[in-house]
Amino acid sequence: MAMATPGSVRVAFWHATVFKRLWVSNLLASIVQPLLYLLGLGVGVGSLVDRTSRATDVLGGVSYVAYISPALMVTTAMALSANESLWPIMGGFVWQRSYFGISATPLGPADIVGGHALWIIVRCAATSSAVAFVLAFFPEARDWGLLAGIAVASLTGAAFAMPLMAFSIGRKTDEGFAAMNRFLVIPLFLFGGAFYPITQLPGWLQVIVKILPLWHGVELARGFTVADVSRSAGLGHVAVLLAWIVAGSFLSSRFMRTRLYE
Amino acid sequence: MVQVSQPLVSARGLAKQYGDFVAVDSIDFDVEPGEAFGFLGPNGAGKSTTMRMIGCVSPATAGSLQIFGLDAATNGRSIRARLGVVPQLDTLDNELSVMENLVVYGRYFDIPRAECRRRAKELLEFVQLGERADSVVDQLSGGMKRRLSISRSLINQPDLLLLDEPTTGLDPQARHVVWDRLYRLKHDGVTLIITTHYMDEAEQLCDRLVVMDGGRIVATGSPRSLIEQHSTREVLELRFTPNTDAEQHRDMAGIGDRIEVLPDRTLVYAHDGEAALVDVHRRGIQPMSALVRRSSLEDVFLHLTGRTLVD
Repeated sequence: MAMATPGSVRVAFWHATVFKRLWVSNLLASIVQPLLYLLGLGVGVGSLVDRTSRATDVLGGVSYVAYISPALMVTTAMALSANESLWPIMGGFVWQRSYFGISATPLGPADIVGGHALWIIVRCAATSSAVAFVLAFFPEARDWGLLAGIAVASLTGAAFAMPLMAFSIGRKTDEGFAAMNRFLVIPLFLFGGAFYPITQLPGWLQVIVKILPLWHGVELARGFTVADVSRSAGLGHVAVLLAWIVAGSFLSSRFMRTRLYE
Repeated sequence: MVQVSQPLVSARGLAKQYGDFVAVDSIDFDVEPGEAFGFLGPNGAGKSTTMRMIGCVSPATAGSLQIFGLDAATNGRSIRARLGVVPQLDTLDNELSVMENLVVYGRYFDIPRAECRRRAKELLEFVQLGERADSVVDQLSGGMKRRLSISRSLINQPDLLLLDEPTTGLDPQARHVVWDRLYRLKHDGVTLIITTHYMDEAEQLCDRLVVMDGGRIVATGSPRSLIEQHSTREVLELRFTPNTDAEQHRDMAGIGDRIEVLPDRTLVYAHDGEAALVDVHRRGIQPMSALVRRSSLEDVFLHLTGRTLVD
């Protein structure tokens, strides 16, 4: 007899079927945004930054475009994961009630959570690959390390997706979802180390940024491209990302079980 | 294989409590292979909660529940693999096509994609949606969605089909189409468990049913035996002009077996409705209208609980 397909893969097939209708517009949107930042900030602000040697020293001796390029892959994954872990969860419980349909089959809460996670990771990998492809057209950004950046972006995406999923599963309405974007994702985009080193920030803010996943992903991606990151520091970043993923997955499955089987 | 002697579903002292609220209060029932079994009762009687427990998506607070001879508390996954579930509210993917809905759902049971398609084609013919395979679900009418839900629940060729209020919210024509399909399933030997608050649905579809009220089972039997046990053969329905009722009712005492006064009409339970009407007229009582009909499950419910099913 053939091996059974893992439950999370069966659920991911559902997500893929739904996405089939939307993938072109989605992929374009995910590429256009980082491209705009690259042009607006990288080339625009970069032309100022690269003129002063002090600024270049702070960036580790690389051009501004090279500095922000790996970070853009990671911030794109963050934004995508955050969106996919908020409203779609409400859809599964309230608007379309798909989760109740799935729970009537042999599949259970862990399969639903795992399937969604798997799907988000696939999306992050595909989108950050597309971003890497676009980046490769800019000589200053071009780097084989961007390939490793795809894996880093996917890992960081999951580190956002899992805890946010736990948050969404616990909510009865989508109140607070927009706030998550406004007060978590966008501030992290601006202050999370993507566009300048966090050493430029006040100490207390650095502490917050170091607790949350984005900076670890950004640093790790830079470690594969323009920056020197020691093996131990790199492993530290991976450990923080994994900690968010494990804790988020655990809580998501638990909350999902409670909500489906009450 | 299911042994003939063994019930498909067997509940003993089954209960479900949410905090202080007792939704299902220690009920016993057996469902035999091949029968259409109904839970009849008003909203809030505990039918849907019982259904969710049989569907292994809501653990019982107390009591035992065996399905296919397996304990529902510990074998949820393998039991659900053999169940078909038509939920009260559709859980279809509105933005997917009819065919995609069936294939995605079949994949949840790990049925290979090609096999899902093959079965889906057959099932869509069965529920008369063959022409709509490529339509997006959003564009279907309520009755079509219900039929799609029914076909979807059959994709894993279930041994037991659970239908939670399968025709609630449908117009009369759509209801009859759904009933007709369920009839056929029953004749093909599929075991059905149906909840409903419609008398006619219960009478049409169910071989045997339990009447639920306030989380308890208040009566069990075939529709006919329930009527025989708890009601008379016929019912005389009388309507009076407003404000004259109290006096008229006093004068009617003794006619038939029992008299039930409802806000809009008065029911006289009697073996012979025509004879009862003659008695009424003989006493000089002049109702606005009179109608003799056979007893129905509605009368059973009214007698057992003192309330009508659908207000």
